[in-house]
Amino acid sequence: MASLFRPATASLRRLATTNARQLHVTARLQAENPPPAEGFMPGVAHSKLIRGTPELALATPDLPAHIVKDGQTTKMNLFQAVNNAMDTALGTDEKAVVFGEDVAFGGVFRCTIGLAEKYGRDRVFNTPLTEQGIAGFGIGLAAAGHTAIAEIQFADYVFPAFDQLVNEAAKYRYRSGDQFNVGGLTVRMPAMAVGHGGHYHSQSPEAYFAHTPGIKFVVPRSPIQAKGLLLASIRDKNPVIFMEPKILYRAAVEQVPVGDYELPLGKAEVLKEGKDVTVIGWGSQLYILENAIQMAEEKHPGLSCELIDLRTIAPWDVETVVNSVNKTGRLVIAHEAPLTGGFAGEIAATVQEKCFLRLEAPVQRVCGWDTPFPLVFEKFYVPDLIRCYEGIRKAIEY
Amino acid sequence: MASSLRSAATLLSRTAAAHPRLAARRALATSAARLQASAPEVVVSAPLAHAAADGPKFPGALHSKYTHELAFIKQSAVLPTYRVLDQDGQIVDAAQDPHVDEAWAVKVYKTMVTLNTMDMILYEAQRQGRISFYMTNYGEEATHMGSAAALELDDIIFGQYREAGVLMYRGFTIDEFMNQCYSNVHDYGKGRQMPVHYGSNKLNFQTISSPLGTQLPQAVGAAYALKRAKKPNVAMCYFGEGAASEGDFHAALNMATTTNSPVLFFCRNNGFAISTPVSDQYRGDGIAARGIGYGMHTLRVDGNDVLAVYRATQLARKHAIEHSEPVLIEAMTYRVSHHSTSDDSSAYRSKREVEDWKARDNPVTRFRKYMEAKGWWDQAKEDKHKKETRKTVLAAFAKAEREPKPPVVDLFTDVYDTVPPHLREQEKELHALMAKYPDHYSTAAYAPSK
Repeated sequence: MASLFRPATASLRRLATTNARQLHVTARLQAENPPPAEGFMPGVAHSKLIRGTPELALATPDLPAHIVKDGQTTKMNLFQAVNNAMDTALGTDEKAVVFGEDVAFGGVFRCTIGLAEKYGRDRVFNTPLTEQGIAGFGIGLAAAGHTAIAEIQFADYVFPAFDQLVNEAAKYRYRSGDQFNVGGLTVRMPAMAVGHGGHYHSQSPEAYFAHTPGIKFVVPRSPIQAKGLLLASIRDKNPVIFMEPKILYRAAVEQVPVGDYELPLGKAEVLKEGKDVTVIGWGSQLYILENAIQMAEEKHPGLSCELIDLRTIAPWDVETVVNSVNKTGRLVIAHEAPLTGGFAGEIAATVQEKCFLRLEAPVQRVCGWDTPFPLVFEKFYVPDLIRCYEGIRKAIEY
Repeated sequence: MASSLRSAATLLSRTAAAHPRLAARRALATSAARLQASAPEVVVSAPLAHAAADGPKFPGALHSKYTHELAFIKQSAVLPTYRVLDQDGQIVDAAQDPHVDEAWAVKVYKTMVTLNTMDMILYEAQRQGRISFYMTNYGEEATHMGSAAALELDDIIFGQYREAGVLMYRGFTIDEFMNQCYSNVHDYGKGRQMPVHYGSNKLNFQTISSPLGTQLPQAVGAAYALKRAKKPNVAMCYFGEGAASEGDFHAALNMATTTNSPVLFFCRNNGFAISTPVSDQYRGDGIAARGIGYGMHTLRVDGNDVLAVYRATQLARKHAIEHSEPVLIEAMTYRVSHHSTSDDSSAYRSKREVEDWKARDNPVTRFRKYMEAKGWWDQAKEDKHKKETRKTVLAAFAKAEREPKPPVVDLFTDVYDTVPPHLREQEKELHALMAKYPDHYSTAAYAPSK
């Protein structure tokens, strides 16, 4: 499952230069011109979701008190935050190892840079090019009580490891009656659209894994989140798949607490409170939703949208979502993955069951179309600003 | 020292040419000592300095030489089958005698016979519908005992499913086998898996799962953990020749050599994967020949010769630990039994063929001849052991059958380390239904939930 793709670092860095206030102009330009090579995602740098100052960073919900008290933060992008989390994990757990394809020299996305030099080649090492081997090897390490931090180079290439993850890792504790477990396993994988990734450098496979009891599945939206959620995933007593939105590796930059901290798994975060419609997403999709909400609130004076980052896909935080929808009466869910069988379907069905009397409009699912992820048609494929705005509009005008 | 230093410097300058970042690092490395210290951390380039002086310099095959003869190669010499005992239980070459003592031999032999007895009774139990499924071990007893006897309890075992003898040798009791096959309240697996999917934490035997070959790369990871923990142990991985066709076999052997993991791959080549004969399974020289292709120490052994299997495993284990390397053993045997209770093997091979095998080369009989020649065993001991074993197995069988199934709550536990809210809710829903339709959801056969 070799990948010929290497991130175009320079073009990724040019991401997100658009001010969120120029949204309407951007939308028009996107409609007329070919998509920029660096993708479809304007506005990350100026997003309100990005915590650009130490004060904002330390105000992150769920941060442990000692981290807030310590007050130390440093500017990091998402790949640096991932690197920092693994550095912390290796430094605090002698049994932890990091491995995968090309991780020794720093990884194709630079997530493991410096770790082999710091911790030695027996703790940070390349494997042969075999995803089923990587997953199986990690399961074995974890079954022997060690901490395995495995990398699958792109989420698109996790499928050769599907059997190991679904039939083995997920069922290891259950089938042995808790005699054995592989709680020490974490599988990291870059995922989601990147502007020009085509079929096999763009996928979001969360729904495949959400159908698998025994696996936890986590997606961060920012560097602070990535560090805290990855550390929690590594230390969680269950196998965790950690999906990193690769378009954010360099685009999302914020002040990240320096110390060792975890953010809770299985807990969604309300990013913006609102009273009229609940909007849910995860990963890089949240920045699109933030802009779509801004557009909707500008176009519909008085409208107030609530934005939720689900953070953990499996098992997901039903309570937070249901509480929100019971308050707003309307729900829009957006994800890049195809509509049919996508995780929005699960959320919609659960909300329909638990909020039936409060729902005032059909649940809107704004998702990728039911096609493979296309190259030149990416801007027509993804649930972009306009489509997300339309989803909100339909929900409120029903 | 001087030459290794020079090669490190060469390596560094070569890689630096391609990597500006490394060039910068090189500029920092002003002293020879510093250079030496940083060199091993540099990008993994092949050790070109080791290439033959007159040969090709391609990094992918450093030890190759040029040839001017155009010749495709299909197969090197067919690998021999290592044997200690002949069919009459005689040691062929005294130099190969492992000099086992009477206690060792009696334990090994008795365990073989006990395994046979348990197989017979549980096979019949399945035929009577008293357990749902079973797989016997007939004909492969020597592979189990010979290898198990060469291991230590701290060696981690990963099996396929036809290695019950290994577990029995380690001390898994008849009661424990029965509890698992009956899925009763004492089953360590809490009744969740099909019969013969044994596992034992205290005996360091990872729980069996049905997907074939998955345990192979897992064993490599476990072996790597043992190495990192500096334990003088191996991970032992059993699998059949059919499972060796899975991609996980390839992944595992390659990962084992490249990560220098002390794992023993033990292939039971019994001629069949359900109905598929080896001629439909592969066209190379069995499984062993592949080990060499991965750069692995490899041996083919007579799997019906318990002493040959014992010596081979012993030596392989020693090598794996001392050199931090994997070893592949291919034990040649014959699956005398049906594949499982869901299989009638006469549909694809003649009963005559099976009977011939049993008569010509039975691992239990062969070892018994050896024991009798030593004066360690006789008909009276045989009769006594068989009688006692049968009694023990039947008693355990009756006891296991009487025990209740695990409590229904165990349907929901252990999916995760703790039960998440959505599963608590589903559990409540089931219990409400059970309360509403008690006749349909009778729990008479189940232990009460705590």
